[in-house]
Amino acid sequence: MSAQDNVEPASLDPEAKAELDRAFEDLYRAHLRDVYSYAYYRVGNPHDAEDLTEQAFLQAYRHFDRARRESDGRPLRPWLIRIAHNLASNYYRDRSRRPQTSLEESADPIPARHGTEAIAEGREKLREVIAHLDRLPDDRREALIMRFALGMDNREIARALGRSDGATKVLIHRAIKQLQEEMSDDDE
Amino acid sequence: MTMSESSSFAGGWKVEHLLSDALRPIEPPERLSGRLEDTLSAVTQAAAEELSEWAEELSESELRALRDPRNWVRPVAAIGAGSAAAGALLVLEIRRRSHQQAKGRLRSLADRLR
Repeated sequence: MSAQDNVEPASLDPEAKAELDRAFEDLYRAHLRDVYSYAYYRVGNPHDAEDLTEQAFLQAYRHFDRARRESDGRPLRPWLIRIAHNLASNYYRDRSRRPQTSLEESADPIPARHGTEAIAEGREKLREVIAHLDRLPDDRREALIMRFALGMDNREIARALGRSDGATKVLIHRAIKQLQEEMSDDDE
Repeated sequence: MTMSESSSFAGGWKVEHLLSDALRPIEPPERLSGRLEDTLSAVTQAAAEELSEWAEELSESELRALRDPRNWVRPVAAIGAGSAAAGALLVLEIRRRSHQQAKGRLRSLADRLR
């Protein structure tokens, strides 16, 4: 690792630092919702999701200069989500706990705009899919959160999880298949 | 494609549709943006202040003096003197220990001879 790799924003010359801060602000504005959504679906409550989002952006700021240099112009969203992913894993390890609230309890799957009486059956189906999602193995559930809550493609998810594109494609396929089979079993 | 594969494929699409509906992005609360911006400005400001305080602690003449290699002799001499003193202490300690060990060995030899 070269000395330059350790450069923190504060040690840059003022002009470079101002440019870096502007770029970070753009990144932050573009992806605050992504990081918060991911944190929320991982930890299951808004309070811890806010803490995790704050920690993720602080850590991102500290390493932003280096990440930008090494990204070769590729989007930085997977890198940000990877930071949040690692922080969420540490969150459980440090506190030896699972989410205080499960996805099933925390995420109201029915947004207000669906509020018609005709939606009752759909509401039940959504609760069912959330309940099954909650019981998936961690890596499958996380990949599905990235795909459906954040709209990330396979390549982005692969970078965020530190896996190959092929392995990620298989992971998502298996996750959907497992959900589908378990929901079919319930219907029978 | 067999009948069961076909229905499995359709089921997959159905699950994906349900997942899209269930896992909607969540808008962060308003207060989070403010909180984050405050934290980030505090971090950058603290880092900048630390640097400027460090620079301010040294007067202009001290900074000039630091740049002059002729003034490096004194700190180098101080480090040298410090190292020499530490070395001397080490030698004294080794001597003291070997003296004690010798005394101990003599005492046990004397005990055995009695």
